[in-house]
Amino acid sequence: MIDLLFADTTLRAIVLRSVLVSGAATTLAVLLGVPVGYLIARRTFPGRTLLLGFINTGMGMPPVVVGLVVWLLLVRSGPLGDLGLIYTPYAMVLAQFLIATPIVIGFSTASFQALPPQLAELLAVLGAGRLQTLWILAQEAKLGLLVAVMAAFGGIVSEVGASMIVGGNLERSTRVLTTAIVTETSRGQIERALALGLALLALSFVVNLGLTIVQQRTRP
Amino acid sequence: MRLRLAFLRLAAVVAIVVGALQSSDAQSNDSIILATTTSTQDSGLLDVLVPRFESERGIQVKVIAVGTGAALRMAATGDADAVLVHAPAAEQRYVDSGDLVDGRLIMHNDFVIVGPDTDPARVRELRSAAEVMRAIAARGVFISRGDESGTHSQELALWAAARVDPRSLNRREETGQGMGATLSVADQKLAYTLTDRATYLSLRSRLRLVIVFQGDASLRNVYHVYAVSDTKHPKANRGAARAFIDFLVSAQIQRAISDFKRKEFGQSLFVPDALPPPTRQ
Repeated sequence: MIDLLFADTTLRAIVLRSVLVSGAATTLAVLLGVPVGYLIARRTFPGRTLLLGFINTGMGMPPVVVGLVVWLLLVRSGPLGDLGLIYTPYAMVLAQFLIATPIVIGFSTASFQALPPQLAELLAVLGAGRLQTLWILAQEAKLGLLVAVMAAFGGIVSEVGASMIVGGNLERSTRVLTTAIVTETSRGQIERALALGLALLALSFVVNLGLTIVQQRTRP
Repeated sequence: MRLRLAFLRLAAVVAIVVGALQSSDAQSNDSIILATTTSTQDSGLLDVLVPRFESERGIQVKVIAVGTGAALRMAATGDADAVLVHAPAAEQRYVDSGDLVDGRLIMHNDFVIVGPDTDPARVRELRSAAEVMRAIAARGVFISRGDESGTHSQELALWAAARVDPRSLNRREETGQGMGATLSVADQKLAYTLTDRATYLSLRSRLRLVIVFQGDASLRNVYHVYAVSDTKHPKANRGAARAFIDFLVSAQIQRAISDFKRKEFGQSLFVPDALPPPTRQ
């Protein structure tokens, strides 16, 4: 089993692709989701509760439905067909980004709301700019925000439906760990499928352990 | 300051990721989308042919393995450049509508009916496919692909020829999945199913299913390749699709198809059909 995991360069390529696609999607989701969560947490505006309701529903959105919608958008006969993005890693990043963003927004909003409201007022009195305030509050909300990152990455790296539909499971460009497991299973290559499953678990563990170390580290 | 540094780091990471995704995508700018059946993918044939084509012609082939029905619909909406399919009656409708052009016969193999070794429907004694289907309808469990694939439409044609309405059978189940998954379900449920010989042979070591009926003329499984019309679908890359068709019918590749896994199974999984007839001395 260990031999199967390490001897195969295509397996290495598949693992790397999983990391890149889901890592890029998570990064983009954090870049958009954390500021949006911050705004929702700190502002009051009409329809805020309704918006949060939509976002919390989005946290449980079936990935395969997101995949279907992205496929319809990106396929040649679709409205964005001219971009030529269907069956590329970018299409997978887009689909996974759409799956991860509500997760990041939902967790971020909750983390920022858990901070004492006086903190932001104090920072304003001390003359901190908007971005600076966001940056300092984000560090205070670190515990919750890293949960957001872990939940988002864990959700999309283990997702198979959307990646299969928009990526097409192409051997040398869009086959990731989950779609490779489906392929090997349908080919009856159960050992390879199991080895890939083990690789996926190991990948998840390494990434989450790294994030947990960052989360639990006390600031100097 | 720390904020600016963080942004710079982030920008560097984004640049690296984009670069890496780029390199893992198309190396060449010319590429085609080939919509095909799960049987050509699950048997591993395209894993042998496609890399050869890509390195010889410098055209990337994006193989999307779906059922024949879905592949034909992708052609009709212009979402594919070429199709490799095995349902001649269904294909003809798309040729008539002008969506498919440049069709060539590539190869054939045959369908076989597999079932448990105990053969509860006593299919082995029977002579014709119609009798077999009636016997299974009366005494056996049947697992259907149910995914509008070429194999599924072949199955429906067999029921029709046997004058059995498949919807009236309460021991017939549809998986909606590919051939490999469907064989596995039939295996576990001690049921009968219709499969192409190539996929069955590829997976045989995992299955207890045995061939209970074969050789009937109605079980022939014929594969054609087509380009998608560029007059009807201007975005279709007909030139590159033509190159792929020419590649498949070349003598060299036809021999490669004949040799595919022949040593492993003692017989050809696919019989090439596009070879020019041998010249008389």
